[in-house]
Amino acid sequence: MFRLRRFLKHYKLQLVIGPLCKLIEAIFELLIPLITADIIDNGVKNNDLDYVFQKGALMILLGVLGLGFALVCQKSASIASQGFGTRVRNAMFRHINTFSHRELDKIGTPSLITRMTNDINRLQLAVAMLIRLVIRAPFLVAGALIMAMTIDMRLSLIFFGAALVIALILFVIMTRSVPFFKRIQKKLDDVSLISRENLSGNRVIRAFGRQEKDEARFDDNNDELAHTAVAAGRLSALLNPLTYIVAQGAIIAIVWFGSGYVFTGELMPGQIIALVNYMTQILLAMIVVSNLVVIFTNASASAARVNEVFDTKPSVVETNNMPAKQDDNAPSLEFRNVSFCYEGSGHALREISFTAEKGQTIGIIGGTGSGKSTLVNLIPRFYDVSEGEILVDGINVKDYSFAQLRKKTGIVPQKAELFSGTIEDNMRWGKKDATDKEIKKALKISQSYEFVSKLPEKTHKKLTAGGKNLSGGQRQRLTIARALVGSPEILILDDSASALDFATDAALRKALREETKGMTVIMVSQRVGTIRYADKILVLDGGELAGSGTHNELLQNCEVYREICLSQLKAEEVENK
Amino acid sequence: MSKKKTSKKDKTKRTQTVKRILKYASPYRGAIAGAMIFAILYVVLNLTAPVLIGYAIDNAIEKGKVDFASIGQLLLMTGITILGCSVFQWLMGMFVNSVSYLTVRDIRSDVFRKFNSVPLKYIDSHPHGDLISRVINDSESIGDGLLQGITQLFSGVVMILCTLAFMLMLNPFIALVVVIITPLSMFVAAFITRLSQRQFREQSETQGELSAYIEEYVGQQKLVKAFGYEEQAQKSFEEINERLRQCGQKSQFYSSLANPSTRFVNGLVTTAVCITGAVSVIGGSLTIGQISAFITYANQYTKPFNEVTGVIPQLQTALAGADRVFALLDKPDQLPDPEDAKDISQCKGKIDIENVSFSYSPDKPLINGFELHIRPGSRVAIVGPTGCGKTTFINLLMRFYDATGGDIKIDGTSIYSMKRQKLRSLFGMVLQESWLYNASVRDNISYGKPDASDEEIIKAAKKAHIHRFIQRMPEGYDTLITEDGANLSQGQRQLMCIARVMLCDPPMLILDEATSSIDTRTEIKIQEAFNAMMKGRTSFIVAHRLSTIKEADIILVMKDGDIIEQGSHAELMSKNGFYTNLYNSQFAAT
Repeated sequence: MFRLRRFLKHYKLQLVIGPLCKLIEAIFELLIPLITADIIDNGVKNNDLDYVFQKGALMILLGVLGLGFALVCQKSASIASQGFGTRVRNAMFRHINTFSHRELDKIGTPSLITRMTNDINRLQLAVAMLIRLVIRAPFLVAGALIMAMTIDMRLSLIFFGAALVIALILFVIMTRSVPFFKRIQKKLDDVSLISRENLSGNRVIRAFGRQEKDEARFDDNNDELAHTAVAAGRLSALLNPLTYIVAQGAIIAIVWFGSGYVFTGELMPGQIIALVNYMTQILLAMIVVSNLVVIFTNASASAARVNEVFDTKPSVVETNNMPAKQDDNAPSLEFRNVSFCYEGSGHALREISFTAEKGQTIGIIGGTGSGKSTLVNLIPRFYDVSEGEILVDGINVKDYSFAQLRKKTGIVPQKAELFSGTIEDNMRWGKKDATDKEIKKALKISQSYEFVSKLPEKTHKKLTAGGKNLSGGQRQRLTIARALVGSPEILILDDSASALDFATDAALRKALREETKGMTVIMVSQRVGTIRYADKILVLDGGELAGSGTHNELLQNCEVYREICLSQLKAEEVENK
Repeated sequence: MSKKKTSKKDKTKRTQTVKRILKYASPYRGAIAGAMIFAILYVVLNLTAPVLIGYAIDNAIEKGKVDFASIGQLLLMTGITILGCSVFQWLMGMFVNSVSYLTVRDIRSDVFRKFNSVPLKYIDSHPHGDLISRVINDSESIGDGLLQGITQLFSGVVMILCTLAFMLMLNPFIALVVVIITPLSMFVAAFITRLSQRQFREQSETQGELSAYIEEYVGQQKLVKAFGYEEQAQKSFEEINERLRQCGQKSQFYSSLANPSTRFVNGLVTTAVCITGAVSVIGGSLTIGQISAFITYANQYTKPFNEVTGVIPQLQTALAGADRVFALLDKPDQLPDPEDAKDISQCKGKIDIENVSFSYSPDKPLINGFELHIRPGSRVAIVGPTGCGKTTFINLLMRFYDATGGDIKIDGTSIYSMKRQKLRSLFGMVLQESWLYNASVRDNISYGKPDASDEEIIKAAKKAHIHRFIQRMPEGYDTLITEDGANLSQGQRQLMCIARVMLCDPPMLILDEATSSIDTRTEIKIQEAFNAMMKGRTSFIVAHRLSTIKEADIILVMKDGDIIEQGSHAELMSKNGFYTNLYNSQFAAT
């Protein structure tokens, strides 16, 4: 938990002033019983009304000052705690941005959301409480102890004993409840995950009539969450009563032994009252402390979860930020003996080698799960190769900065996803300062211009998350346009035309060929028609390169390719063209 | 004037929100009653203890004048009181805990059920992150704040009343002083609360917005990376986060004013008690022991006020959260299934679409006077440029959306007179976007038929040509699939979805670009499996690959929400129209 204190360093002022003001208020508060005792022992005893009123005025003055200090403290607490939370969130989001998919898979988006909201909220609360109470409560206890000592040394031993026992109780209950709080947060993740799945798969769930089963699944986790919380609560509920027993027991002892001292004349009744009042004060402070303990135990469980995110190191890292020198004669893209495996499974790609010259179109075809998407995902370094190397313009992709590499490459992923915002906002993803002309050109090449210009709002149409308010094909074309806006040197189309009809697909390819001279295009497809005119076709089979060459060459000497062709085209079409 | 009106409206709304939360807690009224009884007992005993202590001190008058026997007796009584008091406090805590956590559970469960009962349109058009935030954060704040707040309020009120009674018995005059001053603190607290409620609502909304943003951007991390968009994403995130900070800080500060302010007022009370007490003792109407008890009471009396104002921030967060949760729960449900729902025992697959009209938003009509009659057992292919309404057609057929006019009949029965579940069970559906959930491969395949045997599951997987792949996975059919799992290719995910439908063996079939990510060789084999399965059954296929379309009995060519051509492949080709163009385009040289 204490590792997160680095986010507090901007709030040093608040961290000092806040507790300090609270401390002053607490001192004032401690003085009150003293003045009360004074009024009774001196004012009342001597029947001195003036004295009583004088002391009364002092009490009011202290109250006003106390209020002022308290307000300063509350202000400091709100600035520091909210600022702290904001900084942790920003840092966490920044850190998540460095993750590759490997790390995201491991933690999971729903869990990241709960960590960034729920867990950080808990930490925020802990910071606020830290400033408001952590100094004040122990100080009240310590102050009460000291005051008790000035009244009577022997009786103050009772105070020490009580404080010790209470501290012990707090410690035991705190350590016991940590595992519960961890489990609660974990369960909260599960509840969040199921909610998310239910929302994203709502059509399928309704189609299969699985609502009730899903609700039951949710209820199981939700129940478990509630019961864990109840179990944790059972433990926390012990805190106050136990503290109460100890403190009140101490009061009994004070009165009993105190009366003895009154009998021997060593103590006045007013002093016993003062002692009882101090003990009550300790009790109240302890109740605050025990609530704090609950908040902090909670926060420590949350802090562990937040730290877990910070401790997750991105598996793909920038190794060299220096602009690499380019070799103008080198091929645009080269794979040298590249192998890759996903965590915990066998080879997804094995010893792939090929080159793509500038301006060439490379087609990649192969069966489901043959490694096509994996191959293209390695180019912009979504993952790092397990063996071998990938060169862009003759330089290993690992030597580029992310910014350089990703400016060179534009990828259109298989799943057509856009972001909430206008179409124009989405178009500017690859290039912040893209002109209207550039956007228009990209829209035209991607065959989106026609439908976009038919929209009443044109490029200012607001898209919902994912672009769900467009049809699948429209989305797909816009994702292509988005990649084109940055005019990348290497354009990667990962089966990006699957939702397009043939006419649109053909027009798209024609436009790509004519309008993007010099751009190397890597085109993954299931359709022979899409890639048959590529300069080079790579045929993947089970993660291995089964053949490479032009359509005609492959027809001659690659059995896998022949089969694919035959499955799609009539025999005469295959032979003809 | 208008300001006053809104604040009054706010107030009634707040009362309603509180009432609704209480209604959620009502199943646990036994526990609530228990909590209240224990609260009363706890409070009474808690107040008795200082009285006894006060009496005890009164027996120690001065040097040589101490009645140890009475003191001992009184202290013994105090001890018993304390024990009882803490036991009741503990019991009260337990009951309150259970009530609050179980109530939150019920609220969460209702919100989740709501996801399944609202029209799909709501879910399609709402950021999921925001909805999730209502399940997680807003619901939690209800539990954190309101329920514990209410018990605090209750025990507070009891304590105030009891203290008042005790004080009245001791000395009516001083009690009067206390009573006159303390409502001041309530007034102060109420004023501050009103000041900050808006901030709390804003905070809760911004938190939802933030969740939605994380959901969107972290979910699409790959794209963010691909476009080097990290910095901009960070910037927008920080912008939302900054807004959250601002309203968070304001709400936190304003609401935290309540506590010191009330404590200040209470300080005044203590002073007043002290002075009047001292004056009374001097006047001879009070003993020193009594005044000690009195000061304790004054503290005791003000303590519940402190506690009540101390929970104000949580209370306000809770109210804001509750408003968002209830706003979701109040969204109208989809039309309920008809009471006398009709059933189709043996589905033949005759479909009549009569004069159907539909639009997603009223100002933009999409489908008008749609008319289509399909013979039982036909294989229907739907083609057309993207955005022409193919998916809408399926949305209407499956009743994901309801037509705004006209009727759709299956075997002569209107789909609107059937139970939705029954209707949907008539269709097996595979969508382009393959949805799998966090569970084993086995559970994912048997999704539509949870009681399927292992043999059946394997058989379906074999038909979908995914069995061999599954066998190679680390734990075979028990391998866990994650929602966005990276090591399954898009095609493999589609194959799993196909296996899921194959297992169900539905009387009709809808394939919406179901094989778009699958290679053609596998696709042909799957097509064969589908053909065998669908022999004599009606099926709808949305596809671009003409190989799948060509063999359809009837091809519907759609454009801008209308069917512009229909017929078999040969018929359409001879028309030399839109379809012919579409078909020929695949051979166009590039």
